[in-house]
Amino acid sequence: MNLCISLTVNGERRDVDLEDPRVTLLDLLRERLDLTGTKKGCDRGQCGACTVLVDGRRINSCLALALSLDGAEIVTIEGLGDGDELHPVQSAFIAHDGFQCGFCTPGQIMSAVGLISEGQAGGDPERIREGMSGNICRCGAYQGITEAVLEAEKTLATRNRRSAA
Amino acid sequence: MKHFDYVRPTTVPEAVAAAGEPGSVYLAAGTNVLDLMKGGAVRPDRLVDVTRLPGLDRIERLPDGGMRIGALVRNADLAYDPAFARAYPAVAEALLSGASAQLRNAATVGGNLMQRTRCGYFYDPASACNRREPGSGCDALHGENRLHAVLGWSEHCIATHPSDFCVPLVALDAVVEIEGRAGRREIALEDLHRLPGDAPEQESALEPGDLIVALRLPGDAASFASHARYLKLRERTSYAFAVVSAAAALELEDGTIRNARLALGGVAPKPWRARAAEDVLKGARADEKAFRRAAAAALADARPSGDNAVKIELAKGIVVRALNLAAAGTPERLPALPASPFSSATGAHHNA
Repeated sequence: MNLCISLTVNGERRDVDLEDPRVTLLDLLRERLDLTGTKKGCDRGQCGACTVLVDGRRINSCLALALSLDGAEIVTIEGLGDGDELHPVQSAFIAHDGFQCGFCTPGQIMSAVGLISEGQAGGDPERIREGMSGNICRCGAYQGITEAVLEAEKTLATRNRRSAA
Repeated sequence: MKHFDYVRPTTVPEAVAAAGEPGSVYLAAGTNVLDLMKGGAVRPDRLVDVTRLPGLDRIERLPDGGMRIGALVRNADLAYDPAFARAYPAVAEALLSGASAQLRNAATVGGNLMQRTRCGYFYDPASACNRREPGSGCDALHGENRLHAVLGWSEHCIATHPSDFCVPLVALDAVVEIEGRAGRREIALEDLHRLPGDAPEQESALEPGDLIVALRLPGDAASFASHARYLKLRERTSYAFAVVSAAAALELEDGTIRNARLALGGVAPKPWRARAAEDVLKGARADEKAFRRAAAAALADARPSGDNAVKIELAKGIVVRALNLAAAGTPERLPALPASPFSSATGAHHNA
């Protein structure tokens, strides 16, 4: 069985020989590609720490079989910023204290990026809380997280308006 | 996780042939089956990946006004499809009340229908479970069972079916299209999931190799669109399975119920259509009295399977509230907290 797959990870093409079909996208990122920003929390789809974008959509990478994603485009926390410049969602998490220990933060940020691009929350804190409910924060930084997402939503909307003009 | 072979067929007949082999299991997004495999509750010899099968990812309008949804359409894409949500708002609300945004982005329509029970004893390979291992017994019967079934259970299995999506679907007469070794056939969603009886391992009407390729909603089910809700009681506000839930859909004329649909979730081993309650509602005035009679009819056969008598009262309550909300009218936009019995506006009067 040919277990070679090709993925685009943070804009770069990666060909991976998997040897074993059991590898999840999460384990592939962390253990084969050394992209350890994506965290392994529960490994059962319950905590959201492993959230990444696959073809532009946020999913739990722990419940995705890597083989099945052959050809997909993946964005992880490592691919979000532009060089030394943070992504607006990253900056907003810092500005609003959207974390304490930081373990859930990469997943929170990737989930927030996904949520904003889905366009369903529309500046409503309740819709943001609902849309972020797949990301658990054991430190309880939810207030800061909600504020960060609200601000990042505005920043990105302004930026999109400027680039459209 | 046990080692397995992986195949990725490119046509439906190839997939059906591969999955007809003993030990084979279909893989779509994998949000449920990979979880079960990690815990050892499901140990397939071979995964048949259906995600590349052509033509199964479309949402189509049918000549009768109904809709046909390919089995690979993702839960989120269906819920946010404007035409679908307009025609079948309770289904969209149920979808958005299930799981998390990440899981809804991945999970498919066919996978949602085929998801397994979340009974903790089914999940734990060290526990006795007739559903997982026929004849081994049921540790739930005398175990932690306050969330287990109150309708349709047997002494061999008291697990519930966990889907939200299936609850309004069964109320609206959804039909499942199946491709099998003998060709294409279709069955009512109501007949897809089986009650446990003395063979809880036979969970569905599917034969080996059978693949769900699409789901259909009839055009006349859209006539409930202006009065259709899904309501779900959970142990936390979001990202939790139903303790009890109800889908209610009404056709009203001058305050009288011309036609009614009602189904319950979280109470039985399958999505539970409450036809006796629908009969009570038809022709009645749409008021609290009729809704209470309907709730009593819906739960008339309920009995606790363990430490869960409270679910019978909770289910009656959720039925009455879902009917009240349906009678008040489908909101223009889905609430911020879909299917929540709690209002999302602090201090606001809730009309249920």
